[in-house]
Amino acid sequence: MDARQVIAKRVAQLLKDGDVVNLGIGLPTLVANYVPEDMDVTFQSENGFLGLGAAPAEGEEDWELVNAGGMPSSIVPGGMFFDSLTSFGIIRGGHVDATVLGAMEVDEKGNLANWKIPGKMVPGMGGAMDLVVGAKTVVVAMVHTQKGNPKILKKCKLPLTAKEEVDIIVTEMALIRVTKDGLVLEELGPEATVEDVVAATEAELIISPDLKRFGVED
Amino acid sequence: MINKIISIKDAAEKVHEGMTIMIGGILAIGTPEKIIDALVERNVKNLNLICDDTGFPDRGVGKMVVNKQFKKMIISHAGTNPETARQMNSGETEVELVPMGTLVERIRCGGYGLGGIFTPTGVGTYVEIGKEKRVIDGKEYLFETPLRADVALIRASIVDKKGNMVFNKTMKNFNPIMATAADLVIVEADKVVEVGEIDPEGVMCSGIFVDYIAIDQ
Repeated sequence: MDARQVIAKRVAQLLKDGDVVNLGIGLPTLVANYVPEDMDVTFQSENGFLGLGAAPAEGEEDWELVNAGGMPSSIVPGGMFFDSLTSFGIIRGGHVDATVLGAMEVDEKGNLANWKIPGKMVPGMGGAMDLVVGAKTVVVAMVHTQKGNPKILKKCKLPLTAKEEVDIIVTEMALIRVTKDGLVLEELGPEATVEDVVAATEAELIISPDLKRFGVED
Repeated sequence: MINKIISIKDAAEKVHEGMTIMIGGILAIGTPEKIIDALVERNVKNLNLICDDTGFPDRGVGKMVVNKQFKKMIISHAGTNPETARQMNSGETEVELVPMGTLVERIRCGGYGLGGIFTPTGVGTYVEIGKEKRVIDGKEYLFETPLRADVALIRASIVDKKGNMVFNKTMKNFNPIMATAADLVIVEADKVVEVGEIDPEGVMCSGIFVDYIAIDQ
């Protein structure tokens, strides 16, 4: 498994039967591949439906049924289409159990930055600010470093997406929980040591006394 | 019964320089593509845009961005159209980025007679700058104001001759909300049917909001 698969598989294990989940664009979409078939997880797509299913086979795409990234998708039995008011009512109203997003930076307080690099890139926040504020659990799923530079910082430098909303950070090296005492390293990735994680993280880490290793073997 | 049906070209003629226009769709899905093509051809400039995003350079409202028809854009993201970022960074076009859920609520306020809403989205971020903050039941909220437009250009899959609309699948998005929030509302119809052909339980947005139905003629 490559880093992205390791992350997606560990995030999938955080989900519970009956959860309503929103997956961000990119790496987070891989999480759906690792949800056990006997587990009932409903995926919400903020462009307007519940019951997001697998991508259609080539040649069977329907451009009237797309995911939040604008790519052809499918809807599972029991799903529903709605307008953007309902979609964001579901999101802001606390009806989404977990949202999984990528990050440019995340910090010790659970602050998240993922929408703007001033002067360089201004993709915009889209639905991310609403999702992070509204979802019951906010999971950041990302590779641990950017070109060798830490992304888990003492304090975010980029403009924030939301203040103190991140609950769990999952990378290929670690599972870190945001607590009122700081960031707690609860689990190590398949190949990481505590020293590796500390070296690749700018933020202070509290090492959990129950430190475990991911169970993500095939 | 008033005849609401006009051509795509006539629909584009209703949009004049300096107007504020709302355009339905997310990432060009549910966007009135034919009216946009006619607006590119008409080359009407200095428009203010209210739209979820700026589509792609060759799809959706992005075609008007590439043609430099906007002086200001109120959108939630521009990640799929590099030309928007270029115009924003060079100062050619003013861009106000609004969280998607806040954008749709502001349009609802404009269309449903409300003076604004309090939302927790954006607290502690760039979005809160210059806005009234209020603590309600111990939680912080930002005050967001209504948005309205001179013209709303929306897209529907099936429209009857009164303007009652059905939207297929994910094409609904901003369309039924924008239909309530402009002085003039034009719907680009994929298919036009007689009044009564759509089951009242299946009407997703009422024709009372619609001034014109634009079709290829």
